[in-house]
Amino acid sequence: MNRIKKNRLKDQIFKAWGIFCTLLGIVLLAIFIGSILVDGIQRIDWDFITNLPSRKAERAGIYTALMGSVWILVLTTIIALPVGIGAAIYLEEYANKSKLSSLLEINISNLAGVPSIIYGLLGLEIFVRVIQMGSSVLAGSFTLALLILPIVIVSTREALKAVPKSIRDASYALGASKWQTVSRQLLPASSGGILTGIILALSRAVGETAPLIVIGALAYVPFAPSSPMDEFSVLPIQIFNWISRPQHGFEVNAAAGIIILLLITFVMNGIAVYFRNKWQKKFK
Amino acid sequence: MSKEKKDTVIDKSIKRKHKLQAKGVKVFYNDFMAIKGIDMNIRANKVTAFIGPSGCGKSTFLRLFDRMNDYVDGFRMEGEILIDGENIYKKKVNVEQLRKQVGMVFQKPNPFPKSIFENVAYGLKIQGIKDKKFLQEKVVASLKQVALWDEVKDDLHKSALALSGGQQQRLCIARALAVEPSIILMDEPTSALDPLSTAKIEELIYELKEKYTIVIVTHNMQQAGRVSDYTAFFYLGELIEYDKSKKLFTNPEKQQTENYITGRFG
Ligand SMILES: Nc1ncnc2c1ncn2[C@@H]1O[C@H](COP(=O)(O)OP(=O)(O)O)[C@@H](O)[C@H]1O
Ligand SMILES: [Mg+2]
Repeated sequence: MNRIKKNRLKDQIFKAWGIFCTLLGIVLLAIFIGSILVDGIQRIDWDFITNLPSRKAERAGIYTALMGSVWILVLTTIIALPVGIGAAIYLEEYANKSKLSSLLEINISNLAGVPSIIYGLLGLEIFVRVIQMGSSVLAGSFTLALLILPIVIVSTREALKAVPKSIRDASYALGASKWQTVSRQLLPASSGGILTGIILALSRAVGETAPLIVIGALAYVPFAPSSPMDEFSVLPIQIFNWISRPQHGFEVNAAAGIIILLLITFVMNGIAVYFRNKWQKKFK
Repeated sequence: MSKEKKDTVIDKSIKRKHKLQAKGVKVFYNDFMAIKGIDMNIRANKVTAFIGPSGCGKSTFLRLFDRMNDYVDGFRMEGEILIDGENIYKKKVNVEQLRKQVGMVFQKPNPFPKSIFENVAYGLKIQGIKDKKFLQEKVVASLKQVALWDEVKDDLHKSALALSGGQQQRLCIARALAVEPSIILMDEPTSALDPLSTAKIEELIYELKEKYTIVIVTHNMQQAGRVSDYTAFFYLGELIEYDKSKKLFTNPEKQQTENYITGRFG
């Protein structure tokens, strides 16, 4: 067999393997979603979304958990956004490339890989106990904000890096200050990329369970939170709670809850993809 | 006393003649010496061309005059750069103010991903100018100055990125002119353009020199001959020869210059 034929064969084998791997992922996901849909879809109606929790499976709804998740999302965004973007701008545009800043950089990348339960422990100690926020929505939001901060910082820096150097040159050459260049050129030009990163980070936050359990989020809350200091539950905790009950009715509820949670993450990811595509076109 | 007075008068006339001056300038990128001690006077209201093989330090030297190297990692400079007799590397110099006085045009056209109007108005807006009528007038005047007005007057609010490369480069020149600099630095402004666009820019440079002191880096010897009054030949971080363009291109003093302009290397 000559070399060309050999290479072609290798190519074919690798292609087949690639197709198999891709299909494996898609098929598994499809089976999972399919079985969840079969179990849960008939349970989803307006009542399911607006009902408070209940001991009777058929009367129980996800309202409090859904509202808890919404509260968490909004507050986490408010906390993580300015801090994350600010840090990224500093590291990317202001900090000189010293040993200290490269140390910071490595640390931030490492933080993105720390298991989320560790953030829960940190949040429990600092926000719940030391600052005495209690097991409130606010404490949960601060904890999740910490958790997604590295992702926000890294993706914002990537987005800033992607703005061509020539844009910075042009702005500085016209007499713009650093802040003018950042605020008038770099942020608008990278907003799509920054937004994508933030949405992906938030879609991770909305699925987080462990750190919120650690800081004391409840599985059963009678009412939706009405202030940042209220106790709360979130969708994944509610789902977990239902699954752990013996009655079959709650299993159906859990499946229905999973559908809602998946829907939220899919929509968020969809929005992220939309912004990314729009943003990529800008510099072509 | 009368002698002293005379001296200052002479000094002023020198200042007027030499818009830009370099005194014992060395530039380092970390340990690498990119400019190895250059003294040079550049005349006001003339076009001065920098030529030399790539990597000889033309861009580095050019960018000293509006301090665009300041943010480059590892950059360090020794010596003095003077504009109108003032050392621009003194501590108290306001760099933003300096850059308003010195316009810069880059190798690749680099319009902002914004409208034509916003591109030209940017330099004024960042100075805090908000007067719509003034901005409009200034934008129109600048676009006329670079002969782009007729091509874009129908829609100033269309994206600058929709223009052709040559139009974009003229837009970038208009953007620099709008802030009313007295000096324009151009770093190979036509190397990314087609011959027709190049000719338009060269024509423009010729017109602009009445009002501005222009320094242009070019790879193209014919271009240097066509547009410049003076030419400086750089080689490996040193200024080898600097003379009237006519003289330098027809009868260079140094062998290295002759080798370069006759295309024997570079
Ligand atoms: N940012 C930088 N860091 C390190 N070395 C650089 C940098 N910019 C330029 N140099 C070096 O300085 C020398 C001069 O470069 P440059 O001024 O760009 O030359 P030219 O414009 O004549 O082609 C080259 O050897 C180049 O490799
Ligand atoms: Mg160059």
